[in-house]
Amino acid sequence: MTEYEHHDYDVLIIGAGGAGLRAAIEAKQRGLSVGIVTKSLLGKAHTVMAEGGIAAAMGNIYAEDNWQVHFRDTMRGGKMLNNYRMAELHAKEAPDRVYELEQWGALFDRTKDGRILQRDFGGHRYARLAHVGDRTGLELIRTLQQKVVSMGTDVFMECKVLQLVHDSAGRIAGAVAYWRPTGEFVTFGAKAVILATGGVGKSWKFTSNSWESTGDGHAMALWAGAELIDMECIQFHPTGMVWPFSVRGLLVTEGVRGDGGVLRNAEGERFMFRYVADMFRAETAESEEEADKWYADHSAGRRPPDLLPRDEVARAINAEVKAGRGSPHGGVFLDIGSRRSAEYIRRRLPSMYHQFMELAGVDITREAMEIGPTCHYIMGGVKVDADTAATRVAGLYAAGEVAGGMHGANRLGGNSLSDLVVFGRRAGVAAADYIDAGSGPADFDEGEVAAAIERALAPFTRESGENPYDIQRDLQDMMQANVGIIRNGPELADALTQLDGTFSERVANLKVTGGRAYNPGWNLATDLPSMITVSKCVTRGAIQREESRGGHTREDFPKASAEFGTFNLAHSVSAGTYDGEFATVRSPLLTMPDELKALLEEAK
Amino acid sequence: MADVTMRIWRGDAEGGDFQEYTIAQNEGEVVLDVIHRIQATEAPDLACRWNCKAGKCGSCSAEINGKPRLMCMTRMDELPEGTVTVAPMRTFPIIRDLVTDVSFNFAMAERIPAVLPPPMPEGGYRMFQEDVERGQEFRKCIECFLCQDVCHVIRDHEDNKHHYAGPRFFIRYAELEMHPLDTNDRRDYVREEMGLGYCNITKCCTEVCPEHIKITDNAIIPLKERAVDAHYDPIAWLGRKIRNGSKRSAAEAGVQPAP
Repeated sequence: MTEYEHHDYDVLIIGAGGAGLRAAIEAKQRGLSVGIVTKSLLGKAHTVMAEGGIAAAMGNIYAEDNWQVHFRDTMRGGKMLNNYRMAELHAKEAPDRVYELEQWGALFDRTKDGRILQRDFGGHRYARLAHVGDRTGLELIRTLQQKVVSMGTDVFMECKVLQLVHDSAGRIAGAVAYWRPTGEFVTFGAKAVILATGGVGKSWKFTSNSWESTGDGHAMALWAGAELIDMECIQFHPTGMVWPFSVRGLLVTEGVRGDGGVLRNAEGERFMFRYVADMFRAETAESEEEADKWYADHSAGRRPPDLLPRDEVARAINAEVKAGRGSPHGGVFLDIGSRRSAEYIRRRLPSMYHQFMELAGVDITREAMEIGPTCHYIMGGVKVDADTAATRVAGLYAAGEVAGGMHGANRLGGNSLSDLVVFGRRAGVAAADYIDAGSGPADFDEGEVAAAIERALAPFTRESGENPYDIQRDLQDMMQANVGIIRNGPELADALTQLDGTFSERVANLKVTGGRAYNPGWNLATDLPSMITVSKCVTRGAIQREESRGGHTREDFPKASAEFGTFNLAHSVSAGTYDGEFATVRSPLLTMPDELKALLEEAK
Repeated sequence: MADVTMRIWRGDAEGGDFQEYTIAQNEGEVVLDVIHRIQATEAPDLACRWNCKAGKCGSCSAEINGKPRLMCMTRMDELPEGTVTVAPMRTFPIIRDLVTDVSFNFAMAERIPAVLPPPMPEGGYRMFQEDVERGQEFRKCIECFLCQDVCHVIRDHEDNKHHYAGPRFFIRYAELEMHPLDTNDRRDYVREEMGLGYCNITKCCTEVCPEHIKITDNAIIPLKERAVDAHYDPIAWLGRKIRNGSKRSAAEAGVQPAP
């Protein structure tokens, strides 16, 4: 039997992005012992990539803004597939979570009278995003990191969790992990576990996500007996870089459009005016003149169509490129250089200026950017209770991108950072309540640990086998081609056949060379089962949702269907086992109370 | 495009050496792209630390042709023609290949007395853009630790790591010192415990900062002035006595209380 070290905590948090760190702060403040495990260094999580801002209806720019409008924008942006209660809590609590960051040292950009400045973003009726230039995610993670460190929290860095561990009654009892620097195994016993592992984008070829976004938490939750919902709803952010090829997919913040940038095709046309869906027609400008007035004063005109929700804009760009009106490298143009002063652009969008100058040799104060859709975010995730972030497995909680429901079929920009802190905090509260109530595991299933370790080491023991990088590349190519922004039945069916067949077999037979210490090939080998599991759920959901809604577009079912708007698709694995049978069922949406329904009606 | 030869340090704490890999190049690539292609083909176990590949997370620090840089923001076509040498940061212990043990930095972060603002008034704090901008410059820091790597106080003198915070944390102390809300006085602490006086302002840190933070001019020099004033200026000392200190001592606020 393999020897390994063991640590015990009240609360184990997997993931050190915004949600995990915020959960840790809450649990620490309740006097609990907290361990945070992250597969990277502290402060490097994907949260740092968030650029534009954190959405909160503080009403600093437009006093008429309030949680009700934010709730309504979120539900409409999500095409009404959201867990309404999550959207409600999020809209109500986001302002407090932003103010709290200031108490912990964050320095947001200011209004002239010294309050937190808020910027416009797609799908938000009012200027609502608190921000720091275009590096808001960095500010969020650094603030939370510094707070967590000042509280004396144990952080296990470059330590990758492989699987959750139960007790004999099926409650969560901890997790098994390995240290990346040494390759040694480590187990964690915990009364409650909070998953905050982020997203899944690395299974697509063109993505704004880092190597970490392999869906570990999604897969671990599923294997542990939880359900995943809305997995077919993947957000393709409309503006990723398209050139140079090596940085294709790298994010270009929506803040460019919020600050006055517009989309143009190869003919110079502001084409978005031709792509306004009925749902948004009443509130969207009809002419360039009207749209341009809106930037200075929102009562002088209606919103520019460039600031429609992300799914709408991404589909429009896709259509323009398909129609032959794209840019030289297969995108469209995003122009702010001709519309704002160089000084303004450098002050408001310093990272974008820097990124294009250094990586593409493009000066965005003078030239247009070439951009196109990039896999950015998964709305789907672990099915949780809105108030507590609890999954259906006792002792297991999920917050942030790994949780599903909050964003419905499409997330609005800026709602992710606020999601992290609102539900990260709630997960911390609920885990602490669970522990205070005396709940928790009776024992620790060493059998699960032994099995997880054996699986992790198997790639070293095979005589021969494939290089994990080849499998990853083929998976990314296949998911991009078959389960991308525009989907159809036959391609999806082919994808599922490949995932269930060749990909599963290839992953089961891959070989890792070299030793266990800081071996990226081995690390990828441990990521691939999660990537395959998540891809299966995405594809199964995409096959069964025979309509187009938000981040799920079927060319064979181009319209939203009323029937499909009444349920989420929920995935599970039989008996909560690693290699069980996948099942997908229709899970009805929660019934919204009348007073919230009225908010949506009023706003029409 | 012509093939390029990459000379990459391979090894661990026990020792190692440079190995050469000759590989095709594509237009617009950065050093990290080439490293990734070597991993995916010839050397799947080549260790390198990276996350965002966009210059935002500060993970992929290395010494490229002898200069501390981010691999993800160094374009191949801006390097001189010929072999490209990639070595791990020299100031930190080797874990494997290009990955170093940067835990020194995290240990230094733990020793920073926390920010300590007054209770928040109804409707939030008021701060002005010109006041937050000074701190914002330092909060651009992505913690790549290239400034720590290049700082000769620790690069050439291992012993100093016990009592020298280094440029990354001097900008953090400067940020807190200039923070519009903070009430926590760390000036004696940064001078006595964090070795601020060891820095002899050679500006190497500023030169390598990928975020172009003016570490020496905007953070370290003002911090030195304030720390020295706090200690030696009799008028400032008297003023503090009379005002009874609007800032508390560092020791009093080692851990920030819950709001």
